Amino acid sequence: MSLLETRSLTARYGDFQALFGVDIRLEPGETVAIIGANGAGKTTLMRAITGVLRSAPDSILYRGAPIGDLPADAVMKRGIAMVPEGRRLFPSLSVEENLLIGAQHKGGRDFGDALDDLLTETGRDLRRAFFGPHGLPPRRPGLALGDRLRAAALGPHGLPRHDAGPQHTGAGYWSLETVYDLFPILRERRHSPGTALSGGQQQMVAIGRALISNPDVLLCDEISLGLAPVVIRDIYAALPRIKASGASVIVVEQDIGQALAVADRVYCMMEGRVTLTGKPSEIGRADIHAAYFGAAA
Amino acid sequence: MIWVDTILQGVLLGGLYALFAAGLSLVFGIMRLVNLAHGDLIVFGAYLILVIVSALGLHPVVGALLAAPLMFCLGWVLQKAVLNRTLGDDILPPLLVTFGLSIAIQNGLLEGFSADSQRLSMGALETASVAVGPVSLGVLPLLTFGSAVAVIVALNQVMYRTAIGRAFRATSDDPVTASLMGIRPDRVFATATALAMLVVTVAALYLGTRANFDPAIGPARLIYAFEAVIIGGLGSLWGTLAGGIVIGVAQTVGAAINPEWQILAGHVAFLVVLLLRPRGLFPRGQ
Amino acid sequence: MSARYSVTTRTPASTGALIAALALVVLLALAPLYASRGLIQDLFFILTMLTLAQFWNLLAGYGGLVSVGQQAFVGIGAYALYGVVILGGVDPVPAILLGGVAALVLAIPTAFFAFRLQGAYFAIGTWVIAEIARLGVAQWRSVGGGTGTSLPRDALGDMMLVEGIAALFDVRASAARDILAYWLALALAAGTIAGIYALLRTRRGLALAAVRDNTEAARSVGVDAGRMKWLVFLTAAFGTGLAGGLIYLQKARISPDAAFSVTDWTAYVIFIVVIGCIGTIEGPIIGVLVFFLLQSLLADYGSWYLMLLGLIGIAVMLFAPRGLWGLISEKTGLQLFPIRRRLVGGVLTSKEG
Ligand SMILES: Nc1ncnc2c1ncn2[C@@H]1O[C@H](COP(=O)(O)OP(=O)(O)OP(=O)(O)O)[C@@H](O)[C@H]1O
Ligand SMILES: [Mg+2]
Repeated sequence: MSLLETRSLTARYGDFQALFGVDIRLEPGETVAIIGANGAGKTTLMRAITGVLRSAPDSILYRGAPIGDLPADAVMKRGIAMVPEGRRLFPSLSVEENLLIGAQHKGGRDFGDALDDLLTETGRDLRRAFFGPHGLPPRRPGLALGDRLRAAALGPHGLPRHDAGPQHTGAGYWSLETVYDLFPILRERRHSPGTALSGGQQQMVAIGRALISNPDVLLCDEISLGLAPVVIRDIYAALPRIKASGASVIVVEQDIGQALAVADRVYCMMEGRVTLTGKPSEIGRADIHAAYFGAAA
Repeated sequence: MIWVDTILQGVLLGGLYALFAAGLSLVFGIMRLVNLAHGDLIVFGAYLILVIVSALGLHPVVGALLAAPLMFCLGWVLQKAVLNRTLGDDILPPLLVTFGLSIAIQNGLLEGFSADSQRLSMGALETASVAVGPVSLGVLPLLTFGSAVAVIVALNQVMYRTAIGRAFRATSDDPVTASLMGIRPDRVFATATALAMLVVTVAALYLGTRANFDPAIGPARLIYAFEAVIIGGLGSLWGTLAGGIVIGVAQTVGAAINPEWQILAGHVAFLVVLLLRPRGLFPRGQ
Repeated sequence: MSARYSVTTRTPASTGALIAALALVVLLALAPLYASRGLIQDLFFILTMLTLAQFWNLLAGYGGLVSVGQQAFVGIGAYALYGVVILGGVDPVPAILLGGVAALVLAIPTAFFAFRLQGAYFAIGTWVIAEIARLGVAQWRSVGGGTGTSLPRDALGDMMLVEGIAALFDVRASAARDILAYWLALALAAGTIAGIYALLRTRRGLALAAVRDNTEAARSVGVDAGRMKWLVFLTAAFGTGLAGGLIYLQKARISPDAAFSVTDWTAYVIFIVVIGCIGTIEGPIIGVLVFFLLQSLLADYGSWYLMLLGLIGIAVMLFAPRGLWGLISEKTGLQLFPIRRRLVGGVLTSKEG
């Protein structure tokens, strides 16, 4: 069983379809690179996996369980963390607070869960009280006014599914201290606003913020974008330690050389489809060129 | 000397307005939600305290303590079930929904309690005063002001020293990225509104003890509160206190010149501040 | 053969609608012949609310200016009318026009101030200005100060046209006044709809839709968003002032709290527009009919009715944000007042050429 797998995954922005049946997988301990030209759909794929874009439940499997319809926070709590494109630090938070945000949501129930359950149960009890133990007679879905109203107000997937699946503990190697050991400069700048840092340092914060939840899968979207070569080298130098902590990694990269250097396997995407798959040692320049820009290489 | 007295009374009145405004400031700062029912929720809180006090024969402060958890849950449910669905770039949905809520609350209270004015009685405390040099200040206004400061200190502690405060600020910055960090924006917003309703309960206590109230007085309190928030600057709780004081002082000074100018003077002060500083006195950031 | 393309905004339904609308106006104009006085008064109420709703829709639905302060212009229009009638002895009918002008005059400084504000700040800013206007008018002793006043009997008695109408329909002067007010309201509502429709079909009107959809983009293609906002704001203020004058001419009694009521002149108007469908001309028409229907059905339930109205507003916004007309036109594709230009003809036959 793969750790993470997509099956005929599709995604759309309104009328625009961005992914057409994407199949990728990630085995435990692997590093997989996803390459492709601008607009190929790499970020969209990351958004779908993390639940920012919702998909059909079993188009994404994590440890064999369907997670396609889970909201982003639930996916994260299962153990998939994301370093988003463009870093996206929280400007109102200091460096340290940015890191702590990632550590904040360990497994377990809080007050909100309890209140949510209470509301749901009250609703169910009230329905029972009014309509008897069997509830309302079964309806053909999609026809009832209520269904349509719900779809109009909440979108096709309705209310976020309550995630009863196995929750990630959040415990492990990474903590504020170990992140500071990985990127010592952050310790010095811990009280600065996150956005006052250089691009490379901001990228370190974004990586640390994802690591600190001790994910099993780390998704990195274009972590080298806009950085100087020496800074890129520093950041990729952290990869072995990240892998040693037990995380499997997907890196999205524009820099093909970098991608081939770190990856166990590579997927190349074009216009919302996977056009090439293989080990870096097995694929040549011409293959990549064809997969990147279309058949006429 | 009379002016010192007038201004001091204005500052203390400003404390009351800051209490009206603090919950609004919190919600507006975190999710840019214009809650036009805020004033009516304060009035609703006052009636809730009144019911508890008269049913159980308790002191209003104890009544407020009992009302607080109810108001907290009300805020949570309101945000979760209704207001979260109105958030977005368009300001019309929240405006309309809270307008509807305002009218529903006003008329619900009217139906339940009639248009007669009510009051929460604090007994001797209402008339007690202390002499500070040559001026004498009411104990109740002083308590109000002290409560406003305490509420703002407490909210600031929550915002800048706790995990939930961190989540408030992160979600306010970028809800999508916050959800990637395991935060549920809908929950965070519900918690913020629930917290704001605790502040509303404090405001309701003083609304009910300082003067008479009836179902229709909500919108006017809302305007004072909004003026205080906007004068203070979006997202600054101390700014909200300053804004309340500006309105309070303008009102007492206006009233000293001509009793009929009290409210007018407050609004004019708001316009003047906004003309000079469109982002308020203490805007956050930049 | 050259393909015959033409650009049109007309749809078959719209041509039908135009004819039906003209017939309806004629039918309504003749209402005093067949309708009771109560019905005339109800129609007056519907038509004036419709006018207010169309102007608020112009502001918020097309101009993107979500104002909560339109009661300022209702109140100032009404008080200007009372002022010139009571103090200047002007005939009330032409005084309505002065009401509009007064609203326009108030709108200029209001716009200077409010256009510095965005979104929620704009909404609250306009409300505060309306409050200032209310408190200011309450200081105006000669029109009754805070308690208000009535239109003097002799001014009402000498009102132009009333005598003629009374003779024509053989009714008493008070009924004749209602008929006159009703005709004026009909003219105002019909004129408002025709005027707004005409405005929206001009190049400026299209620009307006562009500004509504995206201020930045509209600016980048050369639409002067600032000028359009001024145009819309001042037009809406003028029309709202006219309606305010007319409403209080018919009521014959005024007070600052009533004339500047945020609930009566802004909240209900917003409900009407949103229940109907914001950003369309059809929406407010449907909305006002629903509003009136609810009011008549539930009139006996007092404040429960208002509470229900608030809850209906919430429900519509949450579950059918495009309002009733939005649901209807989505189902049927019906457009009675089309604004979008469509390319018709030619397309399919052009291959032959
Ligand atoms: N929010 C959006 N709304 C509509 N279309 C979008 C949106 N985001 C992306 N797209 C479109 O989806 C397609 C895939 O975009 P995506 O961001 O996934 O590409 P990418 O491979 O990450 O590109 P890049 O290398 O530039 O980051 C593009 O054609 C893009 O224009
Ligand atoms: Mg991308």
